[in-house]
Amino acid sequence: MHELAIAESVLETITARTGDRQVTEVRLEVGKLAGVSTDSLRFCFELAAAGTALEGAGLNIDEPPGRARCASCTEEFLLHDRILLCACGSSAVEVLAGDELRIISVEVSR
Amino acid sequence: MCATCGCGADGGTRVIDLRGEVPAAAHDHHDHDHGGGRHTHAPQPAAGTETLVLEERVLARNDALAERNRGWLEARGIIAVNLMSSPGSGKTTLLERTVRQLGTDTEVCVVEGDQETTFDADRIKAAGAPVLQINTGAGCHLDASMIRTALHTLAPASGVILIENVGNLVCPAMFDLGEDCRVLIMSVTEGADKPLKYPHIFASATLILLNKIDLLPYVDFDVARFERDVTVVNPAAQVLPVSAIRGDGLDAWRDWLIQRSRSISGRPVGPSPAVGG
Repeated sequence: MHELAIAESVLETITARTGDRQVTEVRLEVGKLAGVSTDSLRFCFELAAAGTALEGAGLNIDEPPGRARCASCTEEFLLHDRILLCACGSSAVEVLAGDELRIISVEVSR
Repeated sequence: MCATCGCGADGGTRVIDLRGEVPAAAHDHHDHDHGGGRHTHAPQPAAGTETLVLEERVLARNDALAERNRGWLEARGIIAVNLMSSPGSGKTTLLERTVRQLGTDTEVCVVEGDQETTFDADRIKAAGAPVLQINTGAGCHLDASMIRTALHTLAPASGVILIENVGNLVCPAMFDLGEDCRVLIMSVTEGADKPLKYPHIFASATLILLNKIDLLPYVDFDVARFERDVTVVNPAAQVLPVSAIRGDGLDAWRDWLIQRSRSISGRPVGPSPAVGG
């Protein structure tokens, strides 16, 4: 449900930079471990954008995978969820990537 | 659509990578036909549009406000605790007991977050603490802007602020309020599988209060499994078993708050943990 607040935050952040210019496309980076449902975010974005300069804008979402490093065996591996467990049995695992929640760029009318 | 880079296999969609850190030559992972190279991954704004690179965190505005709250609190030596849980975990009962335990030795105020009603705030007021109720309406979490309003309204000079977030194990984890630490309250009636089911919120907690342990004889809750699963998602978290109704573990919880406050503000809050603990 927090996807609506996130969609609104995306809109506010963008319009603070683009003003009244028509935005035709938004590119986001939402890591697999960010705790955001991209389906829900798309749905909420469409609702939140209605009546704004972002109405109808395409939403292009990159979803970088989670990556982690084990402090015990120094192995780097893909992390599919928040379960911090290395194959060596250690849970001393540092998350390196996958938490991203960023606005990369937008396309605006000239 | 190609799951690796998102480019459209039908050639109708374009992907524009604007970070400039992924050269086209690096796209050797594809196992689909690129249609004779007719599409490119280089930035190609549509006619009549231009690309603005923003590179901003989505929650940057909330996080900036949270940092302002943190500075406001630190300047006064106030410790703010973000209490998160499911609805019905016993948060408000725990807060009533905590307010009474800290007593007059400590300035303690409470921010109550709920979608509707002032039920919780009424209970805290009766326990003797200044309290502000925030009704989020449709909102599922508190955010830094709400806490900013609360801080300026309650205007505490010192002590402890206990923030009872909206009962929800998902959304509150995402929003920094400017708190010193997060405490998750989890009751034994909810089941021991929650750390793995809701890892984000468990990962963000400094302390986990396992509440309603007076009910352990009546429910199927494996405390050892729960503690093991907490470690899997958050090796640094401490688990403290309590019963807000019966009083088990509440001295240890109060001592934890006092120690935390000392380490943050350098000023003691309440009686010494060694006294009556």
